[in-house]
Parts: sequence; C-alpha cells; structure tokens
Amino acid sequence: MASHTIKIALIGNPNTGKTSVFNQLTGLNQQVGNYPGITVERKVGNCRLPGNIKGAIIDLPGTYSLNASSIDENVVIELLLNRNDKDFPDVAVVVTDVENLKRNLLLFTQIKDLEIPTILVINMADRMQKKGITLDIPYLEEQLKTKIAVVSSRKGTGIDKIKDLIVDYENLSTEPCLHASTIDPDYFNRLRQAFPSQLLYKLWLVITQDVNFGISEKKELLGTSFTKTRSELKRLQQKETIKRYQFINDVLKVGQTIDTSKANDLRTRLDRVLTHKVFGYVIFFGILMLIFQSIFSWSEIPMDLIDRGFAWLGTYASEHLPQGKLTDLIAEGVIPGIGGIVIFIPQIAFLFLFISVLEESGYMSRVVFLMDKIMKRFGLSGKSVVPLISGTACAIPAIMAARNIENWRERLITILVTPFTTCSARLPVYAIIIALVIPEKAIAGIFNLQGLTLMGLYLLGFGGAILSAYLLNKVLHTRHKSFFVAEMPNYKLPLFKNVALNVVEKTKAFITGAGKIILALSIIIWFLGSHGPGERFDNARQIVAEQSKAGLMTPEQMENKVAAYQLENSYIGIIGKTIEPVIRPLGYDWKIGIAIVSSFAAREVFVGTLATIYNIGSSDESEATIKERMNAEVNPATGKKVFNLATGVSLLLFYAFAMQCISTLAITKKETNSWKWPLIQLFGMSSFAYLVSLIAYQLLR
Amino acid sequence: MKTTLAALKKGQKAVITEFNIDAIPLKLLEMGCLPGNMVELIQIAPLGDPIYINVNDSHLAIRRETAVEIDVEMITD
Repeated sequence: MASHTIKIALIGNPNTGKTSVFNQLTGLNQQVGNYPGITVERKVGNCRLPGNIKGAIIDLPGTYSLNASSIDENVVIELLLNRNDKDFPDVAVVVTDVENLKRNLLLFTQIKDLEIPTILVINMADRMQKKGITLDIPYLEEQLKTKIAVVSSRKGTGIDKIKDLIVDYENLSTEPCLHASTIDPDYFNRLRQAFPSQLLYKLWLVITQDVNFGISEKKELLGTSFTKTRSELKRLQQKETIKRYQFINDVLKVGQTIDTSKANDLRTRLDRVLTHKVFGYVIFFGILMLIFQSIFSWSEIPMDLIDRGFAWLGTYASEHLPQGKLTDLIAEGVIPGIGGIVIFIPQIAFLFLFISVLEESGYMSRVVFLMDKIMKRFGLSGKSVVPLISGTACAIPAIMAARNIENWRERLITILVTPFTTCSARLPVYAIIIALVIPEKAIAGIFNLQGLTLMGLYLLGFGGAILSAYLLNKVLHTRHKSFFVAEMPNYKLPLFKNVALNVVEKTKAFITGAGKIILALSIIIWFLGSHGPGERFDNARQIVAEQSKAGLMTPEQMENKVAAYQLENSYIGIIGKTIEPVIRPLGYDWKIGIAIVSSFAAREVFVGTLATIYNIGSSDESEATIKERMNAEVNPATGKKVFNLATGVSLLLFYAFAMQCISTLAITKKETNSWKWPLIQLFGMSSFAYLVSLIAYQLLR
Repeated sequence: MKTTLAALKKGQKAVITEFNIDAIPLKLLEMGCLPGNMVELIQIAPLGDPIYINVNDSHLAIRRETAVEIDVEMITD
C-alpha cells in the first residue's frame, strides 16, 4: 500500500466518550494546540494502523449537530465544509453512546449528508448488558449506509475494529441516509439549479449558519433570493430535525431493542441526593471546601520545594557562572521568572484534577442545575460557577472555562468578573501585609483574627464578582435572547487516563501560554530595576561611600545600602517616584509604588520587590527578617511606621480589587476578541480599587 | 389536559403538542424536544428553577422561561 497518511476526524456529541476513544487510538502520541486566532483547543494525534499505515487523527470539539451555536462547534462545521482545508478528513469517525443512540445519530445523519466516508462507533458497549440493550448491527449498517464498530473505550475493546475500518475507508459508502431537501422541494430545486457544482446540504448549512468566517460561498449566497428570515430558516431547521428523527426512530425500532425492566436507577437515586434541596447544597459546599483545602494546604509542600529549588538555582548560577550582565540576567531575571511560573504548577494541577473529576463523573452538571437560579439573578448562568471556583487558583484557566456558557452575555459577564475572585497570586501579598498590620489575637476564644481577615478577603473577592456582575447586568444590553440548555449526563466513574491526560495538558497550556508573558515581564522588570540613567545609578557605590563617610558599616550593610540606592535611581525607581503623587493619598510611598507597578507581571512579585527595595538583599533570608525590615520602615516626613493599619488595610483592599495581571488581560482579549473588554476590566477594576483604598486610608488615618 | 411543560409536577409525564419556535433554542429541538415526543419532569431545582426533564431519552435542564413556551398534553395513568 502507498505510504500516505490517512486523515481522520473524530466527531461526536459531548459525553459520548469521544476523548477516551481518541486517547485509546493515539496513546500518549498527541499534541494540544489552538486554532489560529481563536482559543479553541485543537487536539491532534497519530496512530499506527494495520499494514503499517499512518493515521493522523484530529479530535474535534463535542457538538450536538452541525448547526453551530458556539465557537467550539463552529470549528467542526468549518472543517467539514471546507474541502480545501489541510485537515479535511479522508474519513469521519462519529462516536456515539449506546445509551443515547437516538440523539447521537442526529449528528451522524447530518455528516452522512456531506458525503464524507463515515464510520459509526457505538461506544460504552460494556453497559449494554446492564441496560438490557441489544443491537442488530448488520441491519443498522445497511440502513445507515455505514460500517459500525462496537467499542468500549473504558475496557479498550473494539479499538482494533475501528482501525481496520479506517484502513478500508475507500470502500465506505458516501451515500446520504436521507434527503433533507424534501423538507422544501421547491426551494432546494432552485438552489440546486443556481449552484449545480455544489453539494446541496453544504449550501443549506452555509445559508443557515449565523457565523461563518472563511467560507467563500457565504458571500455569493448573501443577498440572493435564497436568503430567508431567521424565523423561516428556523422553521425549516425544525422540519429537518423532525425528518431526521423520523428516520432514526424507524431504523432503531428494528435495529435496537431495549429491555426496560433492566434499566437501572443509579442515576435516579444519585440525582435524588445530589440535587436535594438541603443535601445537594451541603455536598456541593463540602466538595468546595475539599478543593480549597487541597489547593492551599496540600500544595504547600511542593510549592515550598519549588521556591527553595529556584532560589538555590539562582544563587548557584550567580556564583558559578562568569560574572557579567548575562549572568545577572540569568540569575536575577530568568531563573526567578521561570520560578514564578513553576511555583503555580501544584495548585493548578490540583485544581484541574478536581475539575476534570467533577466533569467526567457528571457531577458538574448537577452543580449547574443547583446554582442556575441564584446566578441568573446576577446576570450569570449556573455554568458560571465553574469559572468562579477555578478563579481561586488562577483567572486564566478560569476565563477559558467560561467557554461552555452558550449565552454570550452571560459568558461575557462571567469573563469580566472572574478576576475579582482571590487568585493564588494574591495570597503571598495578603499573608505578609496581614502579618504586619493585623494583631494576632483570638476572637471569641477560637477564631484567629488574622485568619478571619484572610477569609474576609476571599469573601470580598466573591462579593466583588457578584456585585459587579449585578451592575454589568443592568448596564449591558444585548439583542440576544437568553437561553439555557444543559445536558445532565449519566454518572460515570472517571477514567484515570483521561483525568491524568487532562491535568497534564491544561497545566502545560498554562505554563506555555501565561508563562511566556510572565517570563518576558520578569526580564523587563529586572532590566528596569538594574539599569538607570545617568551618573547616580552608575556611581552608586562611590556616592553611598561618601554619604555614609568612614567605615562604620559592615561590608554586608554597605552592599545593601548600594543596592537600595541603585534601585532608587534605576528606571523603575524613577517610575515609582513619578507615580508617587497619585498613590500618596492611599498611604503609599514610592517604594510601594514600585512594588505595585512591578506586580503587574504577577501579583506575588510585590513581596519580592519590597524585599529588594527595603535593602534586605539576598533572597535566602527568612520571611521573618523581611517582615521585621518592613515593620521597621519609618516615613521620614511623619516619623510614623510606613506599614501601619491604615496603609495596610488600604493595600489589602487595593490588591483585592485592582486589575493587576497582564496575563489575565491577554486572555480576556483573546476570549472576547476585542480590546474593549480587557480595557474596561483594567480601568473599571483599578479605579474601583483606588477609590475603596482611598476611602479606607483616609478614614483609618 | 392541556398545559405547558412548566406546569408539570415531579414525576409527571406529558406529550409535547406544540411550541413557539421563535422562543426555543434550536439546540433543544435537536435534543429531541419536538411535537409528539414524550417528556417527563424528573426534578425541580431547589429554588424552583431550572427544571430537569427527560425528553426523547435526553436528560436536560432548561429554565422555566423556556418551559412555558412548550405546550403539552398530560398523560393520565
């Protein structure tokens, strides 16, 4: 046989185990990327087929039909309609769930109408006996004009059959199962005469789709007598859907028998508990607590190790590499920069572990069901719960998780308010400021005041998100009517392989995506902090030596003084001094100003920057020392402590509300495809933060 | 008895008779929410909305505002 690669597209409804089939076919041999210009995941993988033939598989986003209602679904139809696309498949593999065969076949019949060689995979065969389902495969193959592989991706059976069918794809029938054109023969006849060289069903899909960038026929069709009103089109789509179901029902009446007495009621019993008006919420909040617990305490040990590892690496590099600018850049810019990204891996991995287990098991849909009414009041959807919870680790994956909200308005509001939730990067900032300004005393005997403050800040974050959602809901006007359809899939035991692959992929995507920006900014800030214009920066050592006269200082104190003087006169120091008039009413001096500016790369940079600024010097000193130095810092004008209660509270509030994360702005830009929304986030959140901090400082002063 | 899907009680079954097509998302039709199909109300969310239905073997949650647009004929048994 020729050694060409067979291109295979994997298509199917959500919750059919399509990804499990993909994982079974490709093993670890897969890559995840994005479609150019949009952030829809593009998963491709390779597999070995019988006869030493190579297969290139693309796992398309789950879709219920070829009528796209989200950008994810749009990817599917765009590929299948464009025969010139480099990924256009030689063969389509449609994955269905044996328990939802009727609904899953709708998509199958649509794809058959596109006259692409199609294989039908009936998955979850391991459940057939339990559910009392029997299938007449030869009859189904004849009626559906296809070849069928009965598969259990959970048990790994039937995968070889898929491979055999793929190799033999040239012998598959490309004849449609039914002719959609009978829903309006007159209209379709005219269409056929006008575009004789085009596939009729393809033309119909092009006409009916709302968004269809990149398909040239759309322009030709627009403005012709073939366009109809939305309402007329929808009526025809309804007719088409009814016709397809008639066909499917007729086929299944003979080809499938279900012994209803065997239908087990695990779903019913679990639903009764998990969506119960009391237990439902108790269980949900219990699971939330578990997630918080794991994100904050279980990941402490690996995070600590990573932190110390990178500190050691930085010291090692500066000691063992030849002295010079390049070494400084590596030891003070690149290594801490990479460390600042890697340190989030444990938290992000834990978060994705929980989220993928909750999604795979089918539980997440029940949370959506429980929370929808509450969230709807604030202009959000039940589906907004996932991003808001994920936001406690990091806003970036959280904003991406908003994608499965169908309603654009609810999705937009979710994206805009998610950064209010307290992400893990705020934690080090909160920790050090609370330790400085909030006394450690017990309230009512058992609660620690510092702990309560931290909890209060988390609640403030959620409150900020909900309140701003409420306001946005009042202000934003969109023409789209709100709708909400959530599938409640059957409960399943999550597959380890799927969960593990998902965690690895998502973590990798975070590191390469957000990581690049954080790393670049760390390098810029390092440069601005270690370079300055003019003599004062270059001759810092000499000037400090003259100022302090005589040798009253130890060499270490001298080094610290020089570093502090250099920082003050570096580019970043000049920036800090420039913005000082703006931030003084909030109780901050230029040093805090620098820390705020530099924490735009990542909020936790705040602590590190202050550590450097308050001439603490090397990073291996204990946190207590940093705290002591910050505590001892006195404002030369007033003689008062810099970190007093008023400044501390003002800073806490500023970090709670301000939009200080370039990576989040970048992801908002990507997901909303416009600069308008990230700019609204930046100015809206930051000016609110400024106002709140101003009021707090002026009241407490 | 003629009523709307929103009026069903937990466990009740009905047959869809007709609906206002402009108020219904296409996705719901594709899931099998079509005239002539049977629908069962499985669960009502603790706060009264949304509702959890089984239509044409699809298990779905929809909001009441959508359910009131769907006319049904109750099945008495």
